[in-house]
Amino acid sequence: MTVDTDRLPPPASTVGPAGWLRMNLFGSWLSSVVTIVLGTVLIVAAFLIAQWVVNARWGIVFENLRLFLIGQYPFDAVWRIWVALAALSILGGLTAARSTRAVRTLVVSLATSQGLLALLVAFSNLGVVPSAALLVNTALVWLSFALALRRPVPRRALTVAWLVFVPAAFFVVHGASGTPLVPVATRLWGGLLLTFVLAVAAIVLSFPFGVLLALGRRSDLPVIRMLSTTYIEVVRGVPLVTVLFMSSIMLPFFLPATLRIDALVSAIGGLTLFSAAYVAENVRGGLQAIPSGQIEAANAIGLNAIQRNIYIVLPQALRTVIPANVGLFISLLKDTTLVFVAGGGLLELLAIGRSVLAQPQWFGAHVEVYVFISAVFFVLCYTMSQASYRLEEQMGVGTR
Amino acid sequence: MSINDETTAAASNDIIVCRDVHKWFGPLHVLRGIDLTVKSGEVIVIFGPSGSGKSTFIRTINRLEEHQRGEIFVDGIELTDDIRNIAAIRSEIGMVFQSFNLFPHLTALQNVTLGPVRVRRWSRTKAEQKAMELLERVGIPEQAHKHPAQLSGGQQQRVAIARALAMQPKIMLFDEPTSALDPEMINEVLEVMRELAVSGMTMLCVSHEMGFARAVADRMVFIDAGAIVEEGPPAQIFNAPRQDRTKEFLSQILH
Repeated sequence: MTVDTDRLPPPASTVGPAGWLRMNLFGSWLSSVVTIVLGTVLIVAAFLIAQWVVNARWGIVFENLRLFLIGQYPFDAVWRIWVALAALSILGGLTAARSTRAVRTLVVSLATSQGLLALLVAFSNLGVVPSAALLVNTALVWLSFALALRRPVPRRALTVAWLVFVPAAFFVVHGASGTPLVPVATRLWGGLLLTFVLAVAAIVLSFPFGVLLALGRRSDLPVIRMLSTTYIEVVRGVPLVTVLFMSSIMLPFFLPATLRIDALVSAIGGLTLFSAAYVAENVRGGLQAIPSGQIEAANAIGLNAIQRNIYIVLPQALRTVIPANVGLFISLLKDTTLVFVAGGGLLELLAIGRSVLAQPQWFGAHVEVYVFISAVFFVLCYTMSQASYRLEEQMGVGTR
Repeated sequence: MSINDETTAAASNDIIVCRDVHKWFGPLHVLRGIDLTVKSGEVIVIFGPSGSGKSTFIRTINRLEEHQRGEIFVDGIELTDDIRNIAAIRSEIGMVFQSFNLFPHLTALQNVTLGPVRVRRWSRTKAEQKAMELLERVGIPEQAHKHPAQLSGGQQQRVAIARALAMQPKIMLFDEPTSALDPEMINEVLEVMRELAVSGMTMLCVSHEMGFARAVADRMVFIDAGAIVEEGPPAQIFNAPRQDRTKEFLSQILH
């Protein structure tokens, strides 16, 4: 029973498209059956989805796009949002030129999403002007990036610019009585604008607060340690809805009647207080990972406790916990959809969606609205997680 | 009483005075009454079996460990819970650790300038100039802009020595500075320490580098079970140790 080895056919090719198919999809009888069944399901599903997309009543999105983007923000004040957005685009471009890949990812997304938005606006009833303006903004990002690559802006100037930009942008969009910029009540802000303001404010404020709580929890002073621990454990044991409810409805009972808190402020406050407890627990993990030798070396060169934290402990601890915190901030962004419980008529993206669905002519177009809102949230969250991956890649470099 | 001690300590040129120093880790009695006086400019090598308390002892001198009985004076200042005394004493004492403990997120140069800029409040220019001089003195000026992870163990330990010297200390403590190094890197670190000893620095070294001790130590101190068993000049310790325990330990490490 010898086999004539000269006559054996060569093994089936595993190279090229045909080879790939044979290897991965039709490797055996079972595999072929599974491939055919799943393939059919996928093709049918794709066909059904495509059919739905083509026939869907997207008019509900296009005709209400303005509401989705800025809520009931008054028409004659919209230019103020454009000013803020243009400044953000320029500053983003300038910063990206001096920054790491993580920041560049954010800025690329700032440019791309404004471009995508321009496309959406072009199909809507908002006219050509806003669409063109968004394209100009996209160009501004790239232009300032290219310019700053040639002539880099000093890092310190950029830091100052951002520190000025955030309150300035808020002032421009909000206005103030007694100035040419007439105040726009925050209950008129809405849609993506409101979601963006809520998320950015809560993220920017909860990070330092959370870091302080984490340091407090590891403090040598028993009172501070106890207060921080109690705060963290209480907040983590309570649903966000309750915190928002308390911050907007309960808080006024304890304050003098003359002191009324803006709904936006109390919503941001609630989100910040809630998120800070989780940031604190993340940061605590980073703090625990610092070897005791680092503290000893810092002590030995005579640094005091505050200097030790600022120059030695936090730079190392925060580096390791940033990815975890980005995850946290992604859920914080999505949690902004809960601010409706805070009352005060805050209509962020999801709430705008619900109010648009109440329009009789669009009765039953739920899926269109929720698909659109999901897509917007997906773009924002995907940007953040991509930036976080870039950050993780960088972290290995030149550190430990 | 303590004021008297301070004046006598200053007058007699004694820069470190330890009297009856005790320390417990929980129920474990690790330092059992250590008396040691160090004159300014003296080089002392402390040796003894592992777990004998020698590292703990030198760490009490800059208060990385607290002593629980007895008293320690450094440059006339008594080590107490008073945070100002601790800060004053730490700025007089440089410390080099077995595991280097460089700050991994800073370059070699930034490691060296951190103390002078933040504690001594020097200008960055002055601190960097001084730091470059020190990195040159320890023989690695070309590594100034690298991070610790990019340096060899010997280079890291030399940066650590430069970092300690940058505070212009009167005393240098070395806690087994060569124990974590590969054999071929030990000499480059010992060479720096030898040069430092010759320059007149007061040094306390926990070390088992007996060649180094023989060459530069003014005095050797043998610690076992938390107490000083024997002390004396290297010649006496090596050639005519008085205690059997010293003899036995030396025969184990000198082969």
